[in-house]
Amino acid sequence: MRERATIRFLPDGHRLHLNDGPIDLILDADGHQAEIRRAYLAAAARFVTILEELCAELPLLRRRATHSAELPVSPIARRMADAVTPYCNQCFITPMAAVAGAVADAVLATMTEVACLRRAYVNNGGDIALHLAASENYTIGMVERPERPSLFGTLKVSSGSPVRGVATSGWRGRSFSLGIADAVTVLAETAAQADAAATIIANAVDLPSHPAVLRIPAREIAPDSDLLNLPVTRGVGPLSAAEIVRALKAGQSVADELRSRNLIHAAALCLQGRVRITRNCRDGIRSLTCHSELSTEPAFRSTIEEHLCQK
Amino acid sequence: MTEVLPKDTIRCDACPVLCYIKLGQTGACDRYANFNGRLVRVDPHILLDRAKSQGAPLVPFLEREGEWDGALMKSKDTFVTAIGAGTTYPDYKPAPFIISSEVEGVDMVTVVTEGIFSYCGVKLKIDTDRHLGPERNLVRAQGEPVGHVTTAEYGSQMLSIGGVHHLTGGTKNEGRVTCETLLYLCNGKEVALTIDDGAQITVAAGKAPVVNGQAEERMRVGCGSATIGMFAKLWFGKVDEVVVVDDHITGVLSEHQAGKMLGVRETGIAIQGRRSTAGRYFQVAQPGTGWGGTNISDPLSILKPFKPKIAWPRLRLLMVSTTGEHFAYYELNESLRPVEKQLPEQLQESVARIRENCEPALTTVLFMAGAGGSLRAGATENPVKLTDSVKHRLTRVTSGGAPAYVWPGGGITFMVDVSRMPEDAFGYVPTPALVAPIEFTLKKTDYAAIGGHMDYVRPLDDVLREKQHQRQLVSLPENPWPLKPDTEGDSRK
Repeated sequence: MRERATIRFLPDGHRLHLNDGPIDLILDADGHQAEIRRAYLAAAARFVTILEELCAELPLLRRRATHSAELPVSPIARRMADAVTPYCNQCFITPMAAVAGAVADAVLATMTEVACLRRAYVNNGGDIALHLAASENYTIGMVERPERPSLFGTLKVSSGSPVRGVATSGWRGRSFSLGIADAVTVLAETAAQADAAATIIANAVDLPSHPAVLRIPAREIAPDSDLLNLPVTRGVGPLSAAEIVRALKAGQSVADELRSRNLIHAAALCLQGRVRITRNCRDGIRSLTCHSELSTEPAFRSTIEEHLCQK
Repeated sequence: MTEVLPKDTIRCDACPVLCYIKLGQTGACDRYANFNGRLVRVDPHILLDRAKSQGAPLVPFLEREGEWDGALMKSKDTFVTAIGAGTTYPDYKPAPFIISSEVEGVDMVTVVTEGIFSYCGVKLKIDTDRHLGPERNLVRAQGEPVGHVTTAEYGSQMLSIGGVHHLTGGTKNEGRVTCETLLYLCNGKEVALTIDDGAQITVAAGKAPVVNGQAEERMRVGCGSATIGMFAKLWFGKVDEVVVVDDHITGVLSEHQAGKMLGVRETGIAIQGRRSTAGRYFQVAQPGTGWGGTNISDPLSILKPFKPKIAWPRLRLLMVSTTGEHFAYYELNESLRPVEKQLPEQLQESVARIRENCEPALTTVLFMAGAGGSLRAGATENPVKLTDSVKHRLTRVTSGGAPAYVWPGGGITFMVDVSRMPEDAFGYVPTPALVAPIEFTLKKTDYAAIGGHMDYVRPLDDVLREKQHQRQLVSLPENPWPLKPDTEGDSRK
């Protein structure tokens, strides 16, 4: 048996940190102690088999999604494929675009199946699956630059809204982006859906063939990238205000389209200090509010710290 | 079969993703990188900074994360621990870090790895005379058996927790709970345990044990008989009789050799229990959590009536436990029955003296584990050579920089005091098994001689340059410096 995953409590003794190869999760749960324990144990037991499962189908998961593509077998891989299929006609996308969110969803589902929890989240490198019992909520901070502890906004997700997934994509993140957004944060019903949509919207925040944007074929950086030799963004020079607005508008029109197709519930797009948000959010979602300073609310802070330490 | 890779690309085999990594890039995990064509781990990794002087403050781990510039640090004063170093995977790979450094003119090598231990457990020494449970009885956490009561030591009850049979030999839940209990104990966290037919206790490394809801404060200074011997002079002339109540040996001043020597008069006292030698009684009561580790709450219950031919009215009697926590003072009435009175001032000193001679009661946790062949193979191609080198004291074993005692005989079975290790040094894998740091330090020439992985030895400065994922702590002043070539004595002199 492979013995490589490590599972430990973070120094606060409450949040659990699970790592296995590139999968890095932070879990938190509120509820009775015994329920939390049960949830953590179930999460740990589920977690240790995930990497093997996904690696077994890795070649398939790195292939471009199409309506007629062979479907993967493992449940998480299936979630990934399902999350990206809605986009397969409009652009190049592989199931890997939803891997982080799909893993977060699967681990959260394992926890809530065995335990009765007030609130819980699984944060997979900034792609977060949420559980909220009636009249509970989470406040989540959004970060545009992973290396900088400042927020471009906060969002509040309450139990009444259908949102249970939050994901962020951008060229500064761990995964490659075809666009120039610093960060696009998406709210959707699942983390896998949010993950895939954030990728699509971040790709659309773009200024094609702009000289200030450095693009490199993906495989020149990572020889096994699923993006083949598509040009991925590796640097963005200073842009004029008009250019920033143009790029954000391009992204926003895609975000609005996804919202009208019920693929997402809201999105916040961030480029060089400017933020755009999808119009008229649905009932139950508090609109994204922008802050220039860190809030001091404790729950809020810890989410940000996690978000940062994941990057 | 060797794969043909593009120039400057390596293939990472740290996990099943098997990333191809180009020069200067990291893999999908952001943890393994291609550094000058070598696969290196760039995870947060604990380094110990040698305490600058003997009198270093006992704030053990000064964290300087974020403001540390590796270039400014004197590398010879840095020891790379295995905490966060990662493990060998698959098992035939060299250890994650094999580091060379020069210490006092000698080239040393430290092999650094995190071990995954199924054969592991902790020994708990709980400083209390209270009876925790019969020897060999099961110790449970959350209802699951996780260990047993083992041979008691002087002034302390001993528990053995964990071990392969609880980890992997019982039900799945037993294994999980055992693993969790070990992890908590090793990381200094509090654990609640119950002993079959015994006490409920709450213990944490370096803290006072709580027995049946009551915090234990002091360890006894000696058995009842020894206490009589130590303090007889303090009592002589101030009281006629003293009984020191103890679960093991209850002492009686007037009959005890120490009392006789001082000329203490016979009192006609009669004690329950089995007389051993003069003034020493076994089994005055059942073990328990009352006076002196017995089950009694009324000390008079161990006395039979005073012998009327010898005893006298107004005879002054002090009864005290071996820790001075319990005491009572009596005077005999006309019918020679003891009547409790307030402790006279002149006797308060003796009770206080017993109390102050009792050291603070602690729970101490020793982690014990055996380094398997595969872990040793991470250090040398021929694992037995590492064992031999440890036996001949050419190789020093440390765990998170703390000194480890290596049990004689075959294999490398070691023990370490978890409170001498950095915080949260332990992790677990859900096998279940514990993840613990282990470092082997030896002279470079000796390392070559035992068939060490010389091709993987990297200079310390090279490792320190990867500073972004390292965390620097100050070493505990009581720990010998792990890199000191001489294995004996304190290194900071």
